[in-house]
Amino acid sequence: MIFHTPIMAMLLASGLSSATIVWAAGFGIRVLRHWDIESGSARQLAMERRTHLVSTALVWMMVLELASLLLFVFNADRMSVMFAGSMCAVGTLNANPFGFPALMMKTAVFFGATLWLLVHRVDLKGRDYPLTRPKYGLLIAMAPLALAAAGLQLTYFLGLHADVITSCCSRLFTAEAGSIEAELAAIDPGPALLLLFGGLAVVLGLAILTRRFERAVAVYALAAALFFVADIAATVSAISPYVYEHPHHHCPFCILKPEFSHVGYVIYLPLIAGTAFGLAAGLLPQRPPPASMKTELPRIARRYVAISAGLFAASALVALVAIARSGLVLL
Amino acid sequence: MIFLEGVTKVYNEGLENEIRAVRELALEIEGDKTTVLQGPSGSGKTTLLTLIGCLARPTSGRIGIEGEVVSGLPERFMTEVRRKTFGFVFQRLNLIRGLTAIENVMLPAYPLGLDHGRLHERATDLLDMLDIPNRAGTKIEHLSGGEAQRVAIARALVNDPRIVIADEPTANLDSSLTKQFLRIIERLREERRTVLLASHDPRICGADIVDRVVTMEDGTISEGGVVEGSV
Amino acid sequence: MRCWIERQRYLIDFTFSSLMRRRARNLMLFAVYALVVFLLGSVMLFSHAIRQEAALLLAGAPEVMVQRLVMGRHDLVPASYLETLKRFRGVQEAEGRLWGYLFDPASDANYTLMVPSARDREHRLEAGETIIGQGVASARGVDVGETLLLRSPAGEFLKLDVNDLLSSDSQIVSADLILLSEADFRRFFRLPDGVFTDLALRVSNPREINTIIEKAARTMLDARFITRRDVLSTYESVFSWREGLLLALLGTSIMAFAIFAFDKASGLSSDERREIGILKAIGWETRDVMAMKLWEGALVSLSAFVVGFLLAYAHVFLFSAGLLDPVLKGWAVIFPRFTLVPRIDGLQIATLAFFTIVPYTAATMVPIWRAATTDPDMVMR
Ligand SMILES: Nc1ncnc2c1ncn2[C@@H]1O[C@H](COP(=O)(O)OP(=O)(O)OP(=O)(O)O)[C@@H](O)[C@H]1O
Ligand SMILES: [Mg+2]
Repeated sequence: MIFHTPIMAMLLASGLSSATIVWAAGFGIRVLRHWDIESGSARQLAMERRTHLVSTALVWMMVLELASLLLFVFNADRMSVMFAGSMCAVGTLNANPFGFPALMMKTAVFFGATLWLLVHRVDLKGRDYPLTRPKYGLLIAMAPLALAAAGLQLTYFLGLHADVITSCCSRLFTAEAGSIEAELAAIDPGPALLLLFGGLAVVLGLAILTRRFERAVAVYALAAALFFVADIAATVSAISPYVYEHPHHHCPFCILKPEFSHVGYVIYLPLIAGTAFGLAAGLLPQRPPPASMKTELPRIARRYVAISAGLFAASALVALVAIARSGLVLL
Repeated sequence: MIFLEGVTKVYNEGLENEIRAVRELALEIEGDKTTVLQGPSGSGKTTLLTLIGCLARPTSGRIGIEGEVVSGLPERFMTEVRRKTFGFVFQRLNLIRGLTAIENVMLPAYPLGLDHGRLHERATDLLDMLDIPNRAGTKIEHLSGGEAQRVAIARALVNDPRIVIADEPTANLDSSLTKQFLRIIERLREERRTVLLASHDPRICGADIVDRVVTMEDGTISEGGVVEGSV
Repeated sequence: MRCWIERQRYLIDFTFSSLMRRRARNLMLFAVYALVVFLLGSVMLFSHAIRQEAALLLAGAPEVMVQRLVMGRHDLVPASYLETLKRFRGVQEAEGRLWGYLFDPASDANYTLMVPSARDREHRLEAGETIIGQGVASARGVDVGETLLLRSPAGEFLKLDVNDLLSSDSQIVSADLILLSEADFRRFFRLPDGVFTDLALRVSNPREINTIIEKAARTMLDARFITRRDVLSTYESVFSWREGLLLALLGTSIMAFAIFAFDKASGLSSDERREIGILKAIGWETRDVMAMKLWEGALVSLSAFVVGFLLAYAHVFLFSAGLLDPVLKGWAVIFPRFTLVPRIDGLQIATLAFFTIVPYTAATMVPIWRAATTDPDMVMR
């Protein structure tokens, strides 16, 4: 079904961003081998000049990936009418086995690009660009991820046929189905909410700790990643039913729909951004600390932690409001 | 104020037409003085000015400006230093055609994101000071040569630089305009700015406002490199 | 933050004046850009509107439709078929449907007369009442509360009170529709009790549709079964390759556009190169110059996009896609007569942006970078 226009648009986007990242990773290898900020040699000057292109291309790629991610979910929702047994994005994504992996990979690539840009921003502040090597290391690590995402997406779309009968959220996210999705849905709302708000308390606590202990930043980064998972789990098992006011509707995608005033975006986007800031904070502290940013680096790391914690809190607050306004009582 | 140690600049490095425009050059320039570089064509005066003015990075060697080593800085920070420290008056004035005089003057301050009203006021003051107040709204291409040069000087001063660099500023000026230019330089000196000129114009090298003349040859200093009294 | 905004303001300011200074070249770029957006936008708006219409048609359609064939032609279905079908396992519900066409000489138009399904509570009608589509209402000049007079094929008149108008979600589906009660319908067309136009089935598990149909077809030899799936895939295959072909054609135009943009962006005049050199020498960073150039691209993109899109909108919805007609005429086979209901949504706009802004940005990024990394010391010579 690749002649569907939004699909062609997404393929174009993923093709371009894969090409961008492969090229940038190639440049990254050169940086890792030859970067020497002290030198005024022609090679170093040329490399420094090229970093402008790389960073602009990556900003662009991040915007593209975000747009493409939203388009992917939005389009899946839209296409659900074409598949028997499908009512929302879940049905479309489930029309063949590559849908969900493609979605996860795309999310991961977006994460990666955001993370990279956050580190890049900090790097530019130091007079000797102290984070250049880790930054390009990260970029090289991202390349296979982006390629995998593009490949999965292509496979998914190529294998998408209108005559497939799929199963949708009502079937997938019910407690009996025996898959990961089902496991998530099967968590009782009580523990799930405990996980969410308890997790938030832990994360906020750690954020406060990082103001005192520099080491805590690494722990915070780990906690941010875990909190992301916990929040998704809680969304599937408890928050969605509250939003739908229906105890057995666990779909994490339907909350993106206009019927539910797009509340999903307000929950997911701060969550994703918060996780990216948290992970970026974890990447910042260097050993040995670079002379140019001895005090600056920990300060920015703490700021990133604060932003991350704020975003997490915002996301959880939206969930809380959704629960409070819901007519459903689960607990 | 400014020091250079073992500074070398190679163009077309590694290619057949490789040129060492400046080689192993050492020089010290004091603040609040007016210094003139002279020397035969191709001796590296312009190249040296670009290195001191942070327009280009030396291939090797160290350059310090006001106690800070700038030679190893990436472009971004070099630009920052350049913006804070230097004002340039080029031989070809390099004003942007199609913009008005005052827009040209304000241009260097755009990336700083200053308050628009204050910036405009400052640019107007500078044009006043240089005796071209009523030409502010005129397009550059309608100005006379002398007016255009004064606009270029105003532009060099808009970020309040401590060092003003001018390359062959009088090459295209007649003697009355040259005198006018010298008066402006004198004024800058009174404001305790450091002025660095490159010129083979005897009207400049011989002027009383010049504190020191340094002669270059073949990419190095041949005369006047050492300041009397210091090392 | 204030400083950042102020800085962007200066950059936009400068960009704008720089665009103005090279008006001729930028107008040219703008025109080509807007043309590409217009072409792509027309195809996309048009096909999307059609898809939507079809989706609405299909959404109303039952999972399986059963017709009876006599001598290879569609004939009335006796009620006994209903009983037979209901006995098959997996059939949740079977219902007879009544609908037919009527040519109305008064307004020189074809109407579709239909009895609303028993499950359709919203459109429940008593004898003597009707609900009509917007098209019928305007053709006959009747409104809610007034009477609609229809002349039957046998020459008799039927008076109906207009209860309501159908909402204009989709004109194709509802414009020519007249809903009336079963009693009126049978009397009007002189249809005996116990026959239907066709039957609609609901199946509890969509996976079993094919099994059920196979079994049913073995016992009911003169019945034809049409699944929603069949309709959809026929329609998809007719539809997809046409749109695909068009887009492939347009793909070349996107390529050409990208090359054009690349060429425009990389062919900097020496004047422009010098200008950038000057900016850098007097204190602009590479970053500032790139930001300025990207603003330039954004301004051109945005204005061309808006203009191209508005033109496409006018073309498709005000002038019925006149330019696309020769290529897309095939669609008229599915929809004999239609005026498209204006529909735009975020997904489409986003897709269109992907097809135009993304290639443009991709094509101009490298030239922009090349220009922005001009060495500042060039202005000294
Ligand atoms: N960008 C460049 N690429 C290659 N060679 C260059 C470049 N800039 C300068 N040169 C060379 O470096 C040498 C020194 O040039 P420079 O312009 O510094 O001399 P100058 O003393 O200013 O001469 P003039 O008095 O004629 O202006 C010259 O041989 C010149 O050809
Ligand atoms: Mg020279």
